[in-house]
Amino acid sequence: MPVIFYVLKRILATVPVMAFVAIFVFLLLRLTPGDPAVAIAGDQATEEQLRQIRAALSLDQPLLVQFVTWIQQIVRLDFGKSLISGLPVSELIAQRLEPTLSIALVTISMSVLVAVPLGVLTAWKQGSWIDRGAVAFSVLGFSIPVFVIAYMLIQLFAIDLRWLPVQGFAPLSRGLGPFLSHAILPSVVLSVIYVALIARMTRAAMLDVIHEDFVRTARAKGCTEPRVLFRHALRNAAIPILTVVGTGLALLISGVVVTESVFNLPGLGRLTIDAVMARDYPVIQAMILVTSAVYVLINLLIDLAYSLFDPRIKY
Amino acid sequence: MFKIKRLIASAALASVTAAPLYAETLRAVMHSDLRLTDPVMASSYITRDHGYMIYDTLVAMDENSVVRPQMADWSMSDDGLVYTFTLRDGLKWHDGTPVRPEDCIASLKRWGSRDTMGRQMMSFVASMEPVDEKSFRIVLSEPFGPLMDTIGKPSSLVPFMMPERVASTPATEAISDFTGSGPFEFVRDEFQPGVKAVYLKNEDYIPRNEPPSWGAGGKVVHFDRVEWINMPDSQTAINALSSGEVDFLEAPMMDLLPILESNPEITIKTLNPLGGQTLARMNFLQPPFDDPRLRRAAALSFKQEDFLLALVGNPDLITPCAAMMGCGTKMDFAVGGEKIAAGTGQEEAKALLKEAGYDGTPVVILQTTDVPVLKTQPVVAADALRAVGFNVTSLPMDWQSVATRARNKGPADEGGWNIMFSYLGVADVMNPLGHLFMDGNGEQGTFGWADLPHLNELRAEFAAAPTEEARMALAKEIQAYAYEQTTYVPLGQFVSPSAFRSDLEGFVTGPAAPYFWNVKRAR
Repeated sequence: MPVIFYVLKRILATVPVMAFVAIFVFLLLRLTPGDPAVAIAGDQATEEQLRQIRAALSLDQPLLVQFVTWIQQIVRLDFGKSLISGLPVSELIAQRLEPTLSIALVTISMSVLVAVPLGVLTAWKQGSWIDRGAVAFSVLGFSIPVFVIAYMLIQLFAIDLRWLPVQGFAPLSRGLGPFLSHAILPSVVLSVIYVALIARMTRAAMLDVIHEDFVRTARAKGCTEPRVLFRHALRNAAIPILTVVGTGLALLISGVVVTESVFNLPGLGRLTIDAVMARDYPVIQAMILVTSAVYVLINLLIDLAYSLFDPRIKY
Repeated sequence: MFKIKRLIASAALASVTAAPLYAETLRAVMHSDLRLTDPVMASSYITRDHGYMIYDTLVAMDENSVVRPQMADWSMSDDGLVYTFTLRDGLKWHDGTPVRPEDCIASLKRWGSRDTMGRQMMSFVASMEPVDEKSFRIVLSEPFGPLMDTIGKPSSLVPFMMPERVASTPATEAISDFTGSGPFEFVRDEFQPGVKAVYLKNEDYIPRNEPPSWGAGGKVVHFDRVEWINMPDSQTAINALSSGEVDFLEAPMMDLLPILESNPEITIKTLNPLGGQTLARMNFLQPPFDDPRLRRAAALSFKQEDFLLALVGNPDLITPCAAMMGCGTKMDFAVGGEKIAAGTGQEEAKALLKEAGYDGTPVVILQTTDVPVLKTQPVVAADALRAVGFNVTSLPMDWQSVATRARNKGPADEGGWNIMFSYLGVADVMNPLGHLFMDGNGEQGTFGWADLPHLNELRAEFAAAPTEEARMALAKEIQAYAYEQTTYVPLGQFVSPSAFRSDLEGFVTGPAAPYFWNVKRAR
């Protein structure tokens, strides 16, 4: 079957998943206590004014009508307007997309560049001090809360040394220097846990294959050790590593609220949390749909990427 | 290593030089993020502050609580029934068109349909009509003594002036045109709710000649651009101020103030000297607080100092205060609240419980968990109520759930409540007509639904009182009666200092501070 049919089949298979997510989220939000009209008008509003605000926002319509209206908008790729700010939800998401994608991509790139060689090295030198040191680093990476690492790095690099800014995001349009200077600290902080995770996964996967016959054969043929490790062993260990990297990317895109707050990054995570706190239904609904779509897309890409590393996998 | 250092330093330098260049930019972290931009529809303080940036007011209250001309001067007829306002020369909207009397009338009508005091004022208004190109008059059906205090009120909802086309929007629909005539213009294209709001100096704004005083006087702008940057993390905001990435923090977390106090590059100053009043409100409709004796007992169980210390921590920033209309205001009376302010009423509370035959009906407390200024009061109150014999159940939930549940009139076990806690700026309680928790309108009134016709009669007398002396006497009577019926319980006053880079000077104080006029960078 050509790959395109496989992709189409997978995309079609997501439709019921997304429909379920849409119905579930819509109902869950309406069952959650809270009234956007009260959030907007505050304590001074009379009952009559609240009624008028609900009417203006169509919140007084029957649930089914609200749901159908929303679905009709979604089909037209229109997420509606924020109940609170009145701005189009697509505009709000677009404002937050660049910081989120930037930090996610820089983080995952840094993590892969550090973790994969580290994992290969520790598998190769299993039981050595390098291996033990890397395992200790992994445990620390998993154990220390991200905000603790963040505050320590901010204190050192932003407050004491004044090399980097404390907070904020600079888009690439302002130049590579500003972009990197703002992205580096949050990316380093986020990458600690991903380095730990990917390095451990790489080590485990490499240990599974490093004693296989084909690795011994490669050595017997006279391949250099780096070629044996990276060309032969790593390629065969790539599937679980790829899965972890892909899932990590999806997690980073769907929002890392603590890191976004500590570094004051205007990302999708904060947009979602703020919308939940204000009961901004259109924004929450759109964010959950977008997040689900990101997961579906990344899983599809991971599945497709498997065949690049393992020719036995065909679609 | 040296190369790495140089590379990082270059990147950091580039991050500064690549920023858009404005002659003078002030970066401020406000107490909250701006999301709602209609200062008539929304009563949040950040929206009010946004209003002060881009709109102007007809008149404004100064630091002596005296109403002064701002956009307009006024005169009153001898019978107190006709007020004529005359706009000053050179007033223009941000789009360059002149401010007309029709704009002001439309603005007052929209605001008057929303604001608590405004609604009362409008019930006295027979007509509002233009007189000529620069003046208009308000004709009353009967005298309304606090008319100028109402139009000059400094806090939510402030009667900001908008063009007629904007002010024609129903007050229950948000405006989308942010044309004002104030000292700054709102940059809609750079607005990111929850992230950043940007204002540019209104070059056409002509300040008054008088020195600034609260929201009155000359609003001279020294910065070309003001950015409000939202920072959800308090420590990050402190770090950003210390490193000079931002210039001003409106309300740094009080626990973190000592960090800033030790920094010579930072100045700490209280810009809103009146501060805020924290309070408890009981539900008059449901037992046990449908019984005035038990409301009184609950109030007497409280000790203001306990609430204030739990909330603020620093004794220098708190004031136990019996005045329902605020300590430091012109209606600073202690009558009726002495024991609550002193925290000496616990024995009387126990006696009242006994006298009322309290049967152990649970007191359901709505406990806000996610707003720092509202988190501690329910915990302190639960302890105090239990100490005098109440059976207490606390329901922890986020503020949105509290705000919604507070509107449920049913019994506590059917989604209702018995007691909740709130916070108001003192500027919003300094007049009994505008005080949210000083109405007696029952189920038509503010949540809690105090049905007290006599309170409404006293307020009506206050509104019609011809002199300041008569109004003061009535305000005192209103407070005594409100304490007797426990319309609500003031839990004390506190101020929240701001912190800013020490090279800034000229901040104007006031009940809606910070204001961003008059501030400049010292050379």
